[in-house]
Amino acid sequence: MTDPLTPVLTRNWRAERSWSLAAYEQAGGYRALRHALTAHPDQIIALVKDSGLRGRGGAGFPTGMKWSFIPQGPDGPGAKPKYLVVNADEGEPGTCKDIPTMMADPHSLIEGCIITCYAIRANFCAIYVRGEALHPIRRVRHAVEEAYAKGYLGKDILGSGFDLDIVVHAGAGAYICGEETALLDSLEGKRGQPRLKPPFPATSGLYASPTVVNNVETIASVPHIVAGGSEWFRSMGTEQSPGPKIYSISGHVERPGQYEAPLGITLRELLDMAGGMKDGIPLKFWTPGGSSTPLFTAEHLDVPLDFEGAAAAGSMLGTTAVQVFNETVSVPWAVMKWTEFYKHESCGKCTPCREGTYWLVQILERMVHGQGTEEDIDTMLDICDNILGRSFCALGDGATSPITSAIKYFRHEFLDLIAAQPAVARPEQLAELSGASA
Amino acid sequence: MTLAPDEQKAPVPEGHVRLTIDGREVIAPKGEILIRTCERLGIIVPRFCDHPLLDPAGACRQCLVEVELGGRPMPKPQASCTMTVADGMVVRTQHTSPVAAKAQAGVMELLLINHPLDCPICDKGGECPLQNQAMTTGRADSRFLEKKRTFPKPLAISTQVLLDRERCVLCQRCTRFSEEIAGDPFIDLLERGAQQQIGTAADKPFQSYFSGNTIQICPVGALTSAAYRFRSRPFDLKSTPGVAEFDSSGSAIRVDTRRGVVMRRLAGNDPEVNEEWLDDRSRFAFRYLTSAGRITRPMVRREDGELHETSWTDALAVAAKGLLAAKEAAGIGVLAGGRLTVEDAYAYAKFARVAAGTNDVDFRARPHSAEELDFLAAHVVGTTPDHLSFTKLEAAPTVLCVALEPEEEAPIVYLRLRKAARKRGQRVYHLGQWTTPAVERTSQSLGSAAPAAKDNLIPAVPGAEAAVLRDLPADVVAALSEPGAVILVGERAAEVSGLYSAVSVVAASTGATIGWIPRRAGERGALDAGAAPNLLPGGRLVTDAAARAEIEKAWGLPAGSIPATVGRDTDEILAAAAIGDLSALVVGGLDPNDLADPAAALDGLREVGFLVSLEMHTSAVTELADVVLPVAPDAQRAGSYLNWEGRLRSWEPALDPSGVLPDCRVLDTLAVEMDADLFTQTPAAAAGELARLGTVERKAAPPTVEAGVPSVPGFGQAVLATWRQLLDASSMSVDEPALAGTARPALLRVNAATAERLGLTEGAPATVRTERGSITLPVELADLPDGVVWLPGNAENSRVRATLGAGHGDLVGVSA
Amino acid sequence: MTAPEGSSPFDEVTRQRTKEIIARYPQPRSALLPLLHLVQSVEGHVSQEGIRYCAEALDLTTAEVSAVATFYTMYKRTPCGEHLVSVCTNTLCAALGGDAIFERIAEKLGEDGKPLGHEETAGEPGTPGSITIERAECLAACDFAPVIQVNYEYFDNQTVESAEQLVDALRRGEKPAPTRGAPLTDFRTAELELAGFHPDLAASVEGPSAAPETLRGVELAAERGWAAPALPDEMPAFPALPEKS
Repeated sequence: MTDPLTPVLTRNWRAERSWSLAAYEQAGGYRALRHALTAHPDQIIALVKDSGLRGRGGAGFPTGMKWSFIPQGPDGPGAKPKYLVVNADEGEPGTCKDIPTMMADPHSLIEGCIITCYAIRANFCAIYVRGEALHPIRRVRHAVEEAYAKGYLGKDILGSGFDLDIVVHAGAGAYICGEETALLDSLEGKRGQPRLKPPFPATSGLYASPTVVNNVETIASVPHIVAGGSEWFRSMGTEQSPGPKIYSISGHVERPGQYEAPLGITLRELLDMAGGMKDGIPLKFWTPGGSSTPLFTAEHLDVPLDFEGAAAAGSMLGTTAVQVFNETVSVPWAVMKWTEFYKHESCGKCTPCREGTYWLVQILERMVHGQGTEEDIDTMLDICDNILGRSFCALGDGATSPITSAIKYFRHEFLDLIAAQPAVARPEQLAELSGASA
Repeated sequence: MTLAPDEQKAPVPEGHVRLTIDGREVIAPKGEILIRTCERLGIIVPRFCDHPLLDPAGACRQCLVEVELGGRPMPKPQASCTMTVADGMVVRTQHTSPVAAKAQAGVMELLLINHPLDCPICDKGGECPLQNQAMTTGRADSRFLEKKRTFPKPLAISTQVLLDRERCVLCQRCTRFSEEIAGDPFIDLLERGAQQQIGTAADKPFQSYFSGNTIQICPVGALTSAAYRFRSRPFDLKSTPGVAEFDSSGSAIRVDTRRGVVMRRLAGNDPEVNEEWLDDRSRFAFRYLTSAGRITRPMVRREDGELHETSWTDALAVAAKGLLAAKEAAGIGVLAGGRLTVEDAYAYAKFARVAAGTNDVDFRARPHSAEELDFLAAHVVGTTPDHLSFTKLEAAPTVLCVALEPEEEAPIVYLRLRKAARKRGQRVYHLGQWTTPAVERTSQSLGSAAPAAKDNLIPAVPGAEAAVLRDLPADVVAALSEPGAVILVGERAAEVSGLYSAVSVVAASTGATIGWIPRRAGERGALDAGAAPNLLPGGRLVTDAAARAEIEKAWGLPAGSIPATVGRDTDEILAAAAIGDLSALVVGGLDPNDLADPAAALDGLREVGFLVSLEMHTSAVTELADVVLPVAPDAQRAGSYLNWEGRLRSWEPALDPSGVLPDCRVLDTLAVEMDADLFTQTPAAAAGELARLGTVERKAAPPTVEAGVPSVPGFGQAVLATWRQLLDASSMSVDEPALAGTARPALLRVNAATAERLGLTEGAPATVRTERGSITLPVELADLPDGVVWLPGNAENSRVRATLGAGHGDLVGVSA
Repeated sequence: MTAPEGSSPFDEVTRQRTKEIIARYPQPRSALLPLLHLVQSVEGHVSQEGIRYCAEALDLTTAEVSAVATFYTMYKRTPCGEHLVSVCTNTLCAALGGDAIFERIAEKLGEDGKPLGHEETAGEPGTPGSITIERAECLAACDFAPVIQVNYEYFDNQTVESAEQLVDALRRGEKPAPTRGAPLTDFRTAELELAGFHPDLAASVEGPSAAPETLRGVELAAERGWAAPALPDEMPAFPALPEKS
């Protein structure tokens, strides 16, 4: 049985100038790289497969398997250049784990990139950081510069004969670029709209070449797996969801922040560590992994927060962005705000997401302003049904999660709005309703 | 029900799969898109973004169906426009799946929430896929109580295309067409999410030669034609298939008329020729039918020196009398022109031999050469699509364009080359002067190893093309030696001495197939019909006694009545006319300014004793003619063109043909007045006779003209390069301001070093000068060879031949 | 590419930087997003001239560049103030006061009783103390909610009062220190950094490091003696090379 918190990725964050090469090396950094370079690339892929590491960007796809899809060999698609693209476009509401990682420990990401590129035989890696994350961009660029200076990047890395260049690429403000194919289009200098799949990035990604796209936290986990081995990694978490995971707790708790725990921890445990609900006001609803994961309530305090546990309880693990809301917050209002977000961030490519979010926002705004009808609730559920699984990518699906889950657990709040029509008909009362002015 | 055991099922052919759609088994080729397979079964899945000639997008989500793969249902409905068939796949469309039906109804509702209810005033109403599919797939009522999205409207994205953004369903057919098919990415998606819209850059309108296609493929009324907007309803139109008359591709078109007036023209669907595309000139230029210059009555020049309208009987009598007298004197020359139907060209060819008793007949109303006649007789006449076709061109591994700027001179050929380059990695070389847009766009490939455009340009100083061609780099020779490689040569090869011969030599040494692509619609037909000084109908050589005898017999002429020697060509006919060596001319369609020496041509027309003009519009010839006989436009007659492939492209009249006569009928009647019988009273009669004559095997030897040497510019001089742009001052593009607005600007092009030597500045005006006149245009730097200056051939302010009396390869003075 | 015109705002330094950006990538078009950031560092927004500049540099049409420039929210269509103040008004920040913060500073910066709108500017754009405000979507700093960014530097745990003080100071031409990030410069300098040109990276990379919120988990673990299972003393051997299938 492991401890409740198992700092691995976050372990060195307390160090003085933790982001510097000196601090990183002091803590044993880049030793995993030296070890990895002694292995055959396929052995590293096998190791990561054995470790059971699953993507930390939300979907939880097995990382080693993703790497093994990259065609290798002298002919055909294997002969093309291969690329690693790191998805650091953190923007899912509630999600705030990659930015602190890049801020506090950029070298773990860089070391992970080098090992990953060595494994998949890529000589070019792009780290796509959302543009609004300027300081993390500085930290990562600085780390890249230090790594070049130390011979961890560039030609013939540590005498291995392996070459790698890393470019830190700033995005420009588009949530959709967190979707891996939209990110690739964006990195190619285009509108960040998702691509048709197939072909998948593993065969036709960046510049139509084989490409691995992985999240920051996934790649930062790689040096630790090399250093500790798959058994060590699997000693944390569960059989299907092994390893440690950064849980980001925000909202109405006493001590919001980053808590790295084995996968499978519960909100009850996390809340306890975060000092409980702020000012003792009871919990009303929460997201297990960002706003695209269906809401949970106080009923779900003991749901194990791993890929299987969250799914079994009707939500998703997502990015382990635990947003906690207390009883002062109106659920329809929160849902309206999230839906406004999805409308703003819908890329516009497909009809259901583009038009559906446009419509849903108007219904929700009308309801929150006290002008809704009971029929609106059914209409919203039906619109969600026409978006979920019908849109081009997962953004549309995610947009329906807050609405359908909110109506599932808090239908009465929507009905109350209708009943309370005379009292909340004035827009300026929105603030009262939301608790924003508290 | 008993299930047949598996082994009794029809075997699946190699490269195919078996799947089930709505309970019906179907065999489909691997890689086929599901929605196409459904179509073949007669199951129509509603769709907007899907277009068979565009890359799949999967954007509108209207075509969702349920799919089961390997016995497992896929969790979400799938877009049938992006999914490919697989063996054992089970597909349920809206007809058998409530999930698919609900998904489609849901998407339709979402498409309609922001769509305006302006169908009653929308051009698309009545032929609108959105309207139609809303009827089959949509709800009867609307649940949308909120505010619809609106935009200021319409937005003119060019002078001829208008955009109503609130009608747009963002299917991206237009943007995909522009990027993929035309290579003109001047429209694109702007903004994001619910505000996403089609648009252009603020400083650059949608200037594409192919923009009209976006109107036609728009599945809603978002893109409309400025010239057609609010002009008629689809259900008021009578549609007639036709053939485009502006170039030599013979594109299928649809002519829509209302109460005797052509309202619009659309691309026809002919996968073998123009697929579903059309260039804007062929689509939008039809007001020449009703322009002020249209000649409707025969005219005769009286003693007062003026033309007077008269009866057909009188005009034909006067013409016949004059021609008979001329025949007795120094003889008659026949200038047929390059825009004739096959039937008319045959009538001219026969008129020359039967009524005028001469081989002095030529269809080439442009710079030409004797070398060209030999080339055409040796390589081109009588060829059919079995020799070279659009399809074979698309399949070719390598294409070399010689004296041909495909986008400007044969736009449908350009589209095929671009398609082949983009999708198949076809290598398209251009022997020319600069990296034109067409050179760039036929260098863009979906494959990662696309060649740089500059590597596909084989540059030559004007006049040096033949020498360059005879000395191609080894890699180009190797590429042209691959089976199926093609050399496309344009009519401008006649402007460079030795170029046709060089093409012949390179084709022989590499095994490449030759395709001749003239600019005008009628040239290839006229060649095969025998409207040339060296050829009788069907490729028979004038110098071949047996061929002459065959024709004389077929035409009922006394033996020996067809002259045994090659006749005069266009220049020679006009020169002879100027000095009285010919006493009369019969002129079909000819603009002296299109000839190498317009002044000399005018001399011939002016000095000739008797001039008969068959024309649709008044022209420079009309002004000098003794008798003017009006002829029918394509829309008011039946006829055919032989396109560059040698494919016969026939049509029936779109408008009432009464009161107007085709050339073949006029000539037939004129011949009767001259006591000769052509038997070309109708196009059908002429076509029948020509077909009965058949085509003979080519046996002429190819030309062997040495490669010419280019002129060397002196101080303040440059060698002129020139060709015509698609949209220019052509007489057939009159009265089309919307179309003219999308013409490419007339610019003088020169490279940076030469500009510096000549003292020219980019963007500033520069003047090109000869003793005859001068042309002043703004300078644009381009990668021309040193010492070369390029001008558009016939722009409003750059009529090169008319103004300068000079052409491609001539020396001109250039100054700032 | 045409010769630079005398009036072009894109000088030789910018042209050199343009080349450097293009050289970073295996294919030139990947340079478009950084180039648009570079354009903003020169102009304070993306003008039509900026669009033409990018189109020429990358051999694209202006329509293609416009399509990209209008897709991303960080590319501004109108000139920005010296500072760009982004207030997160996504659900969590809004519930904790983000909406109220935006409303208050909008009112405060507005004129004639009309609050300043989203992407509107107080003061003459580009002049000292001018501020453009915007409602931002989630800025990935939810544990610091409600959060504001000025020129993309983080000002954490804001209140209506602290936000008011922040914009007051900015309007006065002061440059308050961010909670996390480098000392405040201005919008254009931030854009230059996003394009990949850091005037003094060795200095700016310092800034305040991980904030208390970031460290709460790891400090709690230290306090309670919790840790991940110990790493093996020696790095373990790799699995055997998989059999070729």
